[in-house]
Amino acid sequence: MKLLLKGFGLTAVGFALGTTALVASAQAEEEVNIYSYRMPELIKPLLDAFTEKTGVTANLVYASDGLGERMQAEGANSPADVLLSVDIGRLQSAKDLGVSQPLENEVINNNIPENLRDPEGHWFGLTTRARVIYASKDRVSQDTITYEELADPKWKGRLCTRSGQHVYSIGLFASMIAHKGEAETEKWMEGVRDNLARRPTGGDRDQVKSIYSGECDIALGNTYYMGKMQTNEKDPEQKEWADSVRIIFPNTEDRGTHVNISGMILAKHAPNKENAIKLMEFLASDEAQSIYAAENFEYPVEAGIEPSELVASWGDFKADDISLAEIAALRAKASEMADVVSFDDGPAS
Amino acid sequence: MTSRHGHSGSPQYRTAAPSSRGERLLAFGTYFLAGLVVMPVIAIVFMAMGSSGNLWPHLVSTILPRAISTTVQLMVGVGVIVFVVGVSTAWLVTMCRFPGRRLFDLALLLPFAVPTYIIAFSYVELLDYTGPVQSVIRNLFGFQTSRDYWFPEIRSLGGAMFVMGFVLYPYVYLSARASFLIQSACALDVSRTLGAGPLRLFWKVALPLARPAIVVGVTLALMECLNDIGAVSFFGVQTLTFSVYDTWLNRSNLTGAAQIATIMLVFVLALMFFEYYGRRKQRFHQTTGTYRALPSYELKGWRGWLAVVICALPIILGFAFPSLLLLSRASRRIEDLFEPALWAAAGNTLWLAAVAAAVSIAISLMLAYRRRLFPSNVTTFLGRVASIGYAVPGTILAVGILFPVAALDNMISASTQALFGFGTGLLLIGSGTALIYAYVVRFLAMSYGQIDGGFGKITPHYDMASRSLGHTAWGTLGRVHMPLMKPVILSAALLSFVECMKELPATLLLRPFNFETLATTVYNSASTEAFEDAALPALSIVLVGIIPVIMLAKTSADTFREKRANKRFSKEAAIAPAE
Repeated sequence: MKLLLKGFGLTAVGFALGTTALVASAQAEEEVNIYSYRMPELIKPLLDAFTEKTGVTANLVYASDGLGERMQAEGANSPADVLLSVDIGRLQSAKDLGVSQPLENEVINNNIPENLRDPEGHWFGLTTRARVIYASKDRVSQDTITYEELADPKWKGRLCTRSGQHVYSIGLFASMIAHKGEAETEKWMEGVRDNLARRPTGGDRDQVKSIYSGECDIALGNTYYMGKMQTNEKDPEQKEWADSVRIIFPNTEDRGTHVNISGMILAKHAPNKENAIKLMEFLASDEAQSIYAAENFEYPVEAGIEPSELVASWGDFKADDISLAEIAALRAKASEMADVVSFDDGPAS
Repeated sequence: MTSRHGHSGSPQYRTAAPSSRGERLLAFGTYFLAGLVVMPVIAIVFMAMGSSGNLWPHLVSTILPRAISTTVQLMVGVGVIVFVVGVSTAWLVTMCRFPGRRLFDLALLLPFAVPTYIIAFSYVELLDYTGPVQSVIRNLFGFQTSRDYWFPEIRSLGGAMFVMGFVLYPYVYLSARASFLIQSACALDVSRTLGAGPLRLFWKVALPLARPAIVVGVTLALMECLNDIGAVSFFGVQTLTFSVYDTWLNRSNLTGAAQIATIMLVFVLALMFFEYYGRRKQRFHQTTGTYRALPSYELKGWRGWLAVVICALPIILGFAFPSLLLLSRASRRIEDLFEPALWAAAGNTLWLAAVAAAVSIAISLMLAYRRRLFPSNVTTFLGRVASIGYAVPGTILAVGILFPVAALDNMISASTQALFGFGTGLLLIGSGTALIYAYVVRFLAMSYGQIDGGFGKITPHYDMASRSLGHTAWGTLGRVHMPLMKPVILSAALLSFVECMKELPATLLLRPFNFETLATTVYNSASTEAFEDAALPALSIVLVGIIPVIMLAKTSADTFREKRANKRFSKEAAIAPAE
């Protein structure tokens, strides 16, 4: 009985504490509440700069999945003002869930190219990252490559990638469907699968490590991981891995390299709408775009802002300028096809 | 009043009619609490009722056959490992004497403190190309690249079986050990008198007697394994839970994901029902209160050393290796130890887990006590229903929790708006109370199972004596049962505590702004693919987890120590009439 009471007592105390915290935070003057699919580490420098500039405090919840559903469930009382996302898929599903509101804003629209934002103003791209080929410096001699070529049997047993069901892979597959149609993409995916040196596992850094170890010669990966590894003072062995590979931008001769975006939406029920728009304008500004470029090794979306020196050293490339809304619409199909060809089971033989 | 359907495993007896206010309160409370706990699962079933488009033909023709086969293989593999390791070590430490037995008795529980996703990370670090093991091999043999030699791939189905088996076996160890200890010495003595040797005794008497307990342990381990997403996605093992995840996120088809989860749930419930049905006629009672020193076999020479190896291996694999690796990685980041954020996260972890454990115990006591007072299909059903959260994949359960919690929050806000003219906003989610709810939903099965089992071991004669001496039902609970069950309650609380501490998916999705626990801190670092940064918080979870795990081991050991037992039972003898 005593324990029982104690249990209830503790809950009551916890509840009371929480409530006071809530009331206290509600009294804080200027703030903006962010739900983020982007890792805190990557957006912290931006939020710090924003707070310093505007005096608006930024509150953050980070999760890799389900924040759109959370906003949906919370409904009109949702405290979220802005949702930040790592890829086009989650931006689109937030729109589909009905948790966003359209925004017509001159500053933002001037800075972000049209193909990188929603035609109806629900989502906006903030940075782009290219899905490139990491190639072994020692064992790969060619300097150009196409995605189509990854299905060529000459790469048999030499290619590595992460799971075909990862959002980055899905984005690439969806862009293939957009350009080549379903039938050809399916054949291509089978060819790529059969060239794999091993089952698709791990993250993008792991693919670089696999080239370093000699397990494979080329791998698919996002650009900014290279930057993160090349400058990793805390774990210098990662510099060694990165040093064993170079970046080749695929399809620069024709349609361009597949790019995905990180982006933002304005929450439908944003309680601090004014501050939310302030934040969104800031994220699209020169200042924030330069921070993205310098700290995160991403490509700024705003024309005229240069990528960092390191990023520039990987070479110029032509980005595929297909509308990302189109890619977002093909994601479900791409994910299904990855199942159909058993992509994640690795080579058929 | 007492229905006599033979389905409940608890002793049957009559009590006064449930007309007193206290008992009506209890009845109402159990319905209310069980309803609250099952709400997220109902929410998932509800989500599953929508249209998932053309999903099923696709699922049936592509992933499902493969996912089911992978899942079954994984469960069989993990099941075999946890059974063999858990039962053999439990038998050795309870029934045999060999060097270091007492130490092993405690240490075998240590892997409990290690979350599955952390052990998976650690083993990849340990065994992949740049890890210490392969580096040594390359140096020894002068290999240049990974193509020069063969090395088993840890990121595989086999790897997943291995890591999950060695981190989950303590469930079986704990329950089998308790069961071996409590088996009436008489049953074993009789067998020995009849000439059974140690092996025969084990196979013919001890193991069948321990079967219900072992089944409970194996079931818990298999649920964890079925619902795991951290390790399987890291290892690229495409289980059913993996498909749930893909369907939800990559095809933005939450309805479809909920449908797969619901079918998994039905499957799990069917399995549990058959197992239960299979042993419905078996009853094991303690016929005497004699808990004398158990018969023990002295293992001498090589047998003793073999026992040492058998007991040391799971500790090394499930605890020592990953912890040492974390330690060596964390030592490069020792300055992070002074980050206030880490300490804040540790503080949050502790209070959340403590409150959730206390609440779970309170609810379990109510449900189990009502079942004891009024054993019937209804009360048994309530108990099962309250344990259902454990059978649903964590990520999808988190979404299931989200909807009722948010609805409740909105209701509270709307009613304060109507009554007082101001809305509270989202009180439950904003304050972290939603997390406690989530933990209770997820892990109530643990504490309920233990406490219900604990009640089962107390003879109903005590209740009768107490009631006839004028105590009410509540008084009997407070004065007779709770003191007797103190160790059971404590161990249930510790078990819940450790599980809540390790919980990730619901914590990620439901936490308030600027709020981290140790598990989410690990997750934040790990998602930037920076293992080194994740090592220190990961190690903190293990370290914080060790304390309750050691307490757990000590409680369950103390309970059965002969001296204590004698003291305790003489105290009981004062309350209960001699049998």
